[in-house]
Amino acid sequence: MFRIPCPYCGPRDATEFRHQGESRNRPDPRTVTRGQWRAYLYEKDNVAGWTRENWYHGVGCRRFISVERNTVTNETRPAAAAAGAVDPVLPGAEAGAPDADSTRR
Amino acid sequence: MTARVRAARSSRRPAETPFRLPPQPGEVIDRSRLVPFDWDGRRYVGFAGDTITSALAAAGVRTFSRSFKYSRPRGILTASALDPGCTVQVGDEPNVRASARRLAAGMSVVPQNVWPTLRYDLRSVNKVVAPFLTAGFYYKTFMSPRPLWPAYERVLSRFASGGWTSPDAIPSYYDQRFTHPDVLVAGGGPAGMAAAVEAARAGARVLLVEEEHELGGSLRWGGAQELEALGRLRADVAQAGIEVLVDSVVAGRYDDNWISIAQRGLPDVTERLIKARAGILVVAPGLIERPYVFAGNDLPGVMLSTAVRRLIDLYAVAPGSRAVVLSANAEGDAAAADLDRVGVEVVRVLDARRGEDVRRALGRGTLSAVEVADGSRIDCDLLVTATGWTAPTSLLNMAGNQPVWDPLAARFRPGEGLPDTVLATGGIVGDGSVDELVAHGTATGALAAARAGFGSAAVVAPLSPHPHPALFRATTHGFVDFPEDVSSKDVMAAAAEGYDSSELVKRYTTATMGPTQGKLETVNTVAVLAEATGRSIEELGTTVWRPPYAPISLGALAGRVSPPARYSPMQPWHETHSAVPLVAGEWIRPDSYGDPAAEVRAVRSAVGIIDVTPLGKLALHGPDVPNLLAAAYVNKWAKLDVGSVRYGVMCAEDGVILDDGVTGRLGAARYLMSTTSSGAATVWQHLESLLQTEHPDWRVHITPMTTAYASINIAGPRSRELLTRLTDVDLSADAFPYMRVRTGRIADVADCVLWRIGFTGELSYEIHVPASYGLHVWEALLERGRDLGVRPFGVEAQRILRLEKGHLIVAQDTDGLTKAYDAGLGDLVKLDKDDFVGKPELLWQHEDGAQQSLVGLVPVDPSIVPAEGCQIVDGATGILGRITSSRRSPTLDRSICLAYVLKQYAEPDTVVTVRLPDGRRIPATVTPPTHFDPEGARLRG
Ligand SMILES: [Zn+2]
Repeated sequence: MFRIPCPYCGPRDATEFRHQGESRNRPDPRTVTRGQWRAYLYEKDNVAGWTRENWYHGVGCRRFISVERNTVTNETRPAAAAAGAVDPVLPGAEAGAPDADSTRR
Repeated sequence: MTARVRAARSSRRPAETPFRLPPQPGEVIDRSRLVPFDWDGRRYVGFAGDTITSALAAAGVRTFSRSFKYSRPRGILTASALDPGCTVQVGDEPNVRASARRLAAGMSVVPQNVWPTLRYDLRSVNKVVAPFLTAGFYYKTFMSPRPLWPAYERVLSRFASGGWTSPDAIPSYYDQRFTHPDVLVAGGGPAGMAAAVEAARAGARVLLVEEEHELGGSLRWGGAQELEALGRLRADVAQAGIEVLVDSVVAGRYDDNWISIAQRGLPDVTERLIKARAGILVVAPGLIERPYVFAGNDLPGVMLSTAVRRLIDLYAVAPGSRAVVLSANAEGDAAAADLDRVGVEVVRVLDARRGEDVRRALGRGTLSAVEVADGSRIDCDLLVTATGWTAPTSLLNMAGNQPVWDPLAARFRPGEGLPDTVLATGGIVGDGSVDELVAHGTATGALAAARAGFGSAAVVAPLSPHPHPALFRATTHGFVDFPEDVSSKDVMAAAAEGYDSSELVKRYTTATMGPTQGKLETVNTVAVLAEATGRSIEELGTTVWRPPYAPISLGALAGRVSPPARYSPMQPWHETHSAVPLVAGEWIRPDSYGDPAAEVRAVRSAVGIIDVTPLGKLALHGPDVPNLLAAAYVNKWAKLDVGSVRYGVMCAEDGVILDDGVTGRLGAARYLMSTTSSGAATVWQHLESLLQTEHPDWRVHITPMTTAYASINIAGPRSRELLTRLTDVDLSADAFPYMRVRTGRIADVADCVLWRIGFTGELSYEIHVPASYGLHVWEALLERGRDLGVRPFGVEAQRILRLEKGHLIVAQDTDGLTKAYDAGLGDLVKLDKDDFVGKPELLWQHEDGAQQSLVGLVPVDPSIVPAEGCQIVDGATGILGRITSSRRSPTLDRSICLAYVLKQYAEPDTVVTVRLPDGRRIPATVTPPTHFDPEGARLRG
């Protein structure tokens, strides 16, 4: 059982989290075609190597976070807040954890 | 002393112990404490500290089991936990490793795998069956013809039977523990102890795990110098503040140093599984002595040099009377010296380093002579072999390290490339004097501590292996795998049949797949395969070591039996009123109070109350709640007034129905959402996901309230009359109409929520009261409604009531493919909303039209209740639909169902055929889903 770096709780056992799948943007429902939408739902990149995933820390802070994981070795690291990051909303563990209140009041 | 008295009084005279030696310097037995026990129906007496086999060996017992396939007698080979022929039954406990289990007073030990008996010699029979039991015999013998499989299974189960468990056995107690050491050292020999001490001295929290009953490893059966070093190291361990686990084994290493440990020898706990998250893992398991392959190498009396030294030096037992020793290393020489010292006649020492060798061991039942390579024959009852070592690289292998063959040392050694969090020390790395091993352990412990954040980085000088002759097989064939009865001949036969890789030979012959999992067998198997294929061991490589390293009981893996259970505050009342419990997920709730049909009639004719506390309840606060509701539900929420409730359906992004429930608006920005009982956690996560990932700008706060409220549904034509007696809320039809919510006092309890909804189809009120007053309100309702005929009803009655009314239950009448339009919920879906979860799929389903419809169904014969799941069929093979709910309706006095049928069969009055589980086909008529009161007059009254 590998560990996941939670920006709020620190490194915690993966069993505390629920896997939410590869990070990807939801297509615009007004313009999406059936093929695009079903690719979004069902077609995973399933790379052998580093991938960016969303996890839900259900037994901890109950936050949805993005994590990078090597699917071959199960190494994990905070998702880099790089330009073009798939989902800028989800916090990685970059310095200065985001203010939890900024998204919910 | 009392044990001695008791033993003397026993009517059965215990066996003599002619092989027990005078006290030895390092012995671990306590001669002042006698331990009587039974073996195979006879009384024996050992000493405290003896293992089962050492005590029996002292009495001259040589045979402990018969082998798996050929029923050959087997005795002590390793005198350790790995001893392949010494698996026994102790009382109710099967598969006890007798060379590792310490004696306990009164133990009843019997042999396993003795078919027909331990003493009866089956060799003549073996000659007949042996040809059928060669390599791949499972595959060849038991494949066909198919109808014979039941017979094969009986034969196989006889072969596989390892002991028995009694159905009457008192359940054992198992346990689990979690721990987080900075440094975990696996193996308590000289290097492991030194590493643990040094890491602890640097300030690290250290856990030291040793498989045997004491720390020390091979030092324990060494000479004066080794015993002195052992005393010093044990004192250091004791002073360093290290947690030491003995009789415990590190069974596996998983990602991020997640370590499993099986801990034994605990009072009142059969076995404990420890889950450790270790900062640094130091692997120090030492070396395992390798058996030698030659004809007769499994005869009782053929032993490894380490077994001889354990028996003499730890247990003061002479392993035989006349010995021949085949030695290729210092351990073999030391075993010969030990034998000589304690008076066992050493007839001949064959020095393998000078090319001397054995050809075969001879004897009927036990060893009686050895044929040497030069053809001479020596009578003896003990043949000791010391032909090499195997490094148990399991834990390193589990950390991603591939062992590599070192031809100079004639053993596999750790390869390059280990995670920073895993280190190795001791014999697994290389050879050396005690001082050299301790120095390597000390440096490794310092490095481990430094990597865990304690002290400064240390340099570990390499520990090189000593050269060793490569010895695997003599000129004859013998067993490479004792527990699986696989011989070198079988391995060669497999190679000849084309199974020419280590992994293939393993699977085809089952070599290395027995209880010792290759620790004794792998290298010899690979070596024989190399010989057969003309390749080198380097080329072939070893097989992959997987967890667990040592056997763990299933009980320890399962842990303590303590399933979580949730009860409502009304549970004490239910228990004293003959409630039939229903396990619904984590909840235990009343299924009925004995007569569900009567409960249904009470609701239809008077009033009933049901405990619906498990209903999920989420308090939603904030100005953006309407946005959240609109996104989560398929229907619209913008115009929900304060004081109103609305039914809603949630779908997932694939359009499949996720949950349903009602949500009420209690104040300007204050809402209470209800979910299904089983969907509470899922819906909460789903809503949090929407808020956190899709709409972080929305201001909504979700508070789970499921267990903060006790919930009761009051249903029936007299429900208003009953509730009026208990509340200050105006319940008149005008003041509190259908689908409205109010707050107020009930039975003098403030801050209650009342909503007027109707799952049962009757006039009904669902009330949510602060949980600590749940029982009070429940009892008040029953007390004040006595003259109205109130009675409690359970989940079963509610299921009947809602089925009469045609209300679906998510996950009962829907499944993982049911979209909103399939379930007849299309009218709720508001496709003109900008967006909501699942909108694209529902839009396309609306465009395409649903393939199936949820309908009511009534069997033409009203007395038949088709089982839920029955298929609606057409001819022999066509499936037109399925029944999702079915009950006998007490109200309508007939069977009623909900079912899915293909669209073209959904018109009311269509007659379809239902296939019952017993194969009968019955006609049934399609109806609208609502079987009772379709106009809803009762509900709205
Ligand atoms: Zn967290």
